[in-house]
Amino acid sequence: MLVSLKWLKDYVDIDVPPGELAQLLTMSGLEVEEIKTIEPKFSGVVVARILSVKQHPQADKLSLCEVSDGTQTYQIVCGAPNVKEVHMAPLAKVGAVIPGGYTIKSTLLRGEKSDGMLCSEEELEIGDDASGIMQLPGDLEPGTPLEEALGIGDTVLDISVTPNRSDCLSMIGVAREVAALTGKRIRLPKVSFRESSEDISSLSSVTILDPDLCPRYTARLIKNVKIADSPVWLKTRLEAAGLRAINNVVDVTNFVMLETGQPLHAFDFRFLEEGRIVVRGSEKGEVFVSLDGKSHTLPEGTTMICDGKKPVAIGGIMGGLNSEVKDDTNVIFLESAYFNPSAIRRAARRLGMPTDAAFRFERGIDPEGVLRSLDRAAQLIARLSGGSVCKNYLDEYPRKIKKTQNIPLRLDRLQSVIGADITAKEAVRILRSLGMKVVSGGRGKYQVEPPSARVDIEREIDLIEEIVRLYGYDRVMPSLPAVSASEMSAISRLGLEEKIRLTLTGSGYSEIINYGFTSPASADHLLLTKEDRRRNFVDIQNPLTEDQSVMRTTLAYGLLETLKKNINNSSFNLKLFEIGRAYFNLKTGSLPEEKNIVAGLLTGKISDDLWGGNKAVDFYDLKGCLENVFYDLKMTSCRYDAKMTEPFLHPGRSCAVVCQGVTLGYLGEVHPDVLRQMDIKNAAYIFEISLDLLDGLRSGKIVYKEISKFPAVVRDVAFVVPAEIEAAKMLEIVNCQAEDLLENIVIFDKYEGKGLEAGTKSLGLRFSYKAPDRTLTDAEISSVHEKIVQNTIKATGAKIRS
Amino acid sequence: MIADIQQLEKDALAELGKAVSEDALLAVRTKYLGRKGLLTGMLRNISQVPADEKPLFGKRCNEIKNLLEKKIDEALQGLNKGRKEQELAGGAIDVTVPGRSTRPGRIHPVTQVLTEICDIFASFGFSVVEGPEVELDYYNFEALNIPPDHPARDMQDTFYIEEKTVLRTHTSPVQVRVMEKVRPPVRILSPGRVYRRDSDVSHTPMFHQIEGLLVDRMVSFADLKGTLTAFLKKVFGDDTTLRFRPSFFPFTEPSAEVDIRCVMCAGRGCRVCGNSGWLEILGSGMVDPAVFENVGYDPEVYSGFAFGLGLERIAMLKYGISDIRLLFENDIRFLRQF
Repeated sequence: MLVSLKWLKDYVDIDVPPGELAQLLTMSGLEVEEIKTIEPKFSGVVVARILSVKQHPQADKLSLCEVSDGTQTYQIVCGAPNVKEVHMAPLAKVGAVIPGGYTIKSTLLRGEKSDGMLCSEEELEIGDDASGIMQLPGDLEPGTPLEEALGIGDTVLDISVTPNRSDCLSMIGVAREVAALTGKRIRLPKVSFRESSEDISSLSSVTILDPDLCPRYTARLIKNVKIADSPVWLKTRLEAAGLRAINNVVDVTNFVMLETGQPLHAFDFRFLEEGRIVVRGSEKGEVFVSLDGKSHTLPEGTTMICDGKKPVAIGGIMGGLNSEVKDDTNVIFLESAYFNPSAIRRAARRLGMPTDAAFRFERGIDPEGVLRSLDRAAQLIARLSGGSVCKNYLDEYPRKIKKTQNIPLRLDRLQSVIGADITAKEAVRILRSLGMKVVSGGRGKYQVEPPSARVDIEREIDLIEEIVRLYGYDRVMPSLPAVSASEMSAISRLGLEEKIRLTLTGSGYSEIINYGFTSPASADHLLLTKEDRRRNFVDIQNPLTEDQSVMRTTLAYGLLETLKKNINNSSFNLKLFEIGRAYFNLKTGSLPEEKNIVAGLLTGKISDDLWGGNKAVDFYDLKGCLENVFYDLKMTSCRYDAKMTEPFLHPGRSCAVVCQGVTLGYLGEVHPDVLRQMDIKNAAYIFEISLDLLDGLRSGKIVYKEISKFPAVVRDVAFVVPAEIEAAKMLEIVNCQAEDLLENIVIFDKYEGKGLEAGTKSLGLRFSYKAPDRTLTDAEISSVHEKIVQNTIKATGAKIRS
Repeated sequence: MIADIQQLEKDALAELGKAVSEDALLAVRTKYLGRKGLLTGMLRNISQVPADEKPLFGKRCNEIKNLLEKKIDEALQGLNKGRKEQELAGGAIDVTVPGRSTRPGRIHPVTQVLTEICDIFASFGFSVVEGPEVELDYYNFEALNIPPDHPARDMQDTFYIEEKTVLRTHTSPVQVRVMEKVRPPVRILSPGRVYRRDSDVSHTPMFHQIEGLLVDRMVSFADLKGTLTAFLKKVFGDDTTLRFRPSFFPFTEPSAEVDIRCVMCAGRGCRVCGNSGWLEILGSGMVDPAVFENVGYDPEVYSGFAFGLGLERIAMLKYGISDIRLLFENDIRFLRQF
């Protein structure tokens, strides 16, 4: 809401500077977002009286004018056709600057001296009229600076009005607030005008067919109006409020809306068939052209203002093209109504027409202001357009609008909610300053009636807020709550996430955060099968873009997109992870399933150091990182199953991660086809692990194992085995022999290629033997070791590589 | 005779001064202090010294001997030390070459801020709770006193999944879900992703919010001020100036926006604070009785306050990030800085 201080001063005296006023308003809940200064676009222009006009001797179209600024007389050459009819006009004296940066100089025009320039509205950018020089009211004092005479130049506060304060969508509402804050009295405009003898009821009528949509409709008729431009004061007011001036009737309806908060509409009465108004809900598929020339298919049940035959306005939102005020309009049918706030909001949203009128109606207007505003506008239209207001008004009021009164207020409740000793006297003073009627019921109890414009005040807590708001939040001394013990338990998965974050960052992985939504094409890019559950997207009805139109079902796609973006920025060595959710449409009508996931991506070189080891990463680097995660979670029994894989992973270089029979996720190299489709040229490795499942399986338990004081003896053996035998299988065969002395067994080497038969590979196993209570002898070790080696050979058909 | 040894001392010290190698030093030692050395010889001939000069002669000889021995030892040690130093110097490396390591990864700045805030409120006794991101209209709006077709819905432009299902626009629905299940006292914090249909330099369609709720008997607006003041001073420093400003949220009343003095310009007015000198940091208020009624708490018995803040905004202020979208670009050159 743009609030002109000059305008505001019509209703309340303001004796604090704008900055201070803005501060007062902001600290009482009307946040001033900006203080704008409006300055005239000219300087050195004064009010001048035109004393005489003569024909220029050398030029047909020019006149010689003698003008006075009250102290001096000047000769001005003027080309305006209307100069003979004008008595007072703006004079840009020598040295004046007019819009466009022109400085007025003394010149000779066709041999005649011209000491200045008489200006049109347009030349001074006061208005659009360029037809001739501007005619000023005769009662102005010549020599007065024009900006002063016309009231140009203002300070405008841009106030952000919260949705509850519909009353402050008007100048009078803001003035009330200012009055309460500064201890001043509010001045309401006097509404009085003469009615003609012709009664409106003999000329027109209103019928409300749907009182839910329109509980009250009032109207007046103004005859013999002359449509013209509005006077400067009115244009200036509207412009300060951010509205464009149109004509003296439409401008009045807008002015009164801004003044009182009541939207109004003026119809050209000659276009209202049968001369009457019918208010009804729209029918299905009804089409209507609003006065901006746009055609709308109306949602069923939209409030329609109709004449005897057809719709003429969308009630509370916008008038119709078929009944708008035109240059030759002679009779005005003026509407002031109360429309159902929810219905207006629904319709305005569906129609995409968030007009100033709809904005006010949907927030709730002052139910008692309907008539007052009608009369205020009738008064101004009659005054500005020379029309005469018909006797009486139409007032269809089939549904009483609820008025809040007798709200109870308890002083002790006020004090305990706020935690401050606000006195009864102060509380009552504040409420009264806001125009509320307060009746004491004794013992700290009160009955309060808010002014009708304060539709937001219905309950005791609303009163408490009003009191503390004006009492001043800064006067409430902070305290700390005395709280009793509560038995909320922590979410264990969050602790897990924190641990994983530490492990992954320690391994060099940086955390990313991608949006929860993604492109539905991601499923195809990831080569997901038709049956894949990850195609069960949660669709967004109103996405910002197609790329953000479904909720993601995997974190992998986001990681790959992030990879691509970084590669485009020449960051090739990436270790990334994300912790977030994936969303699955259960197609059952219930809320989607939301799964918590950690996912990671690895690509490029092991290290960024140019001079250190600079090997490209592979599967095992990513796997090592995951193993660290499991190690930190004390999960020792994870299995990597190459038979289970994902469509978007390299079939030979990927696996599922299984723990205690539960598949936690996958890891592997991204399928070359996926990379190609996404136009990524670098090999990448990704994993995705379910945090929900992981949380159920992790064991925090640590049991210390005595460290043997006796040395371990190590024997290395390289087995040549068929290529398809997995390392894990070899370890399993050794481990299941359950030899007590075998303390540890690890793979220390893996080799394929030259020197080995095709289809075979060499796996180096390192056996460590140890006893807790003695140093083992060579013989002891050998007997156990030989047995294990022979059993392993038997089980796998391995040969010992020499 | 005394004069002889004085001369000898002078000569010996002069020679010592010229001896720079270990060999030369040893030669000096042999020449004067050796078995056949000059000083040894003098002492050996002490019998020829007149009786009255003898005590002085002997004393002087010993003094000279001790002096020479000490000087020679020191010189030898010095030589030794120098040699070791030289040896070590030969093994010097360039310490300015970058170290070899797995560079640690970084935690996303939003997560860092989230963790910090959760830790602070954990110290006030708040526990973290969670809820769905795809949420029912009822929890996101209606239970929070925002009926359908209410203008307050304009405050949060919403993504719809179905007519009655939305992407949550704040993490407040979690408080309703918790209050439906738990009796007071309640002290909870609900962080998480939220979604609003908005995208520009200062808005992304997804961002993070953290919401807190405290419900108990006799909780007051003064308690809200105290708790949030303590919290903001922990985040932005003890000398942070703040102000509580009346505002409107449908689910709290009275409501307050909390501003801090602009951290960029210290209140003088700059681009970041829109020349106001203040930065909006969080929204808060006393839980509206209507919300309590929706979850079956008696508003005459219980009161409480709630607050919410955007984590991105805090991160942007803390780290001087001017465009919120950077937080979700996931550019490694950006992430590495935190």
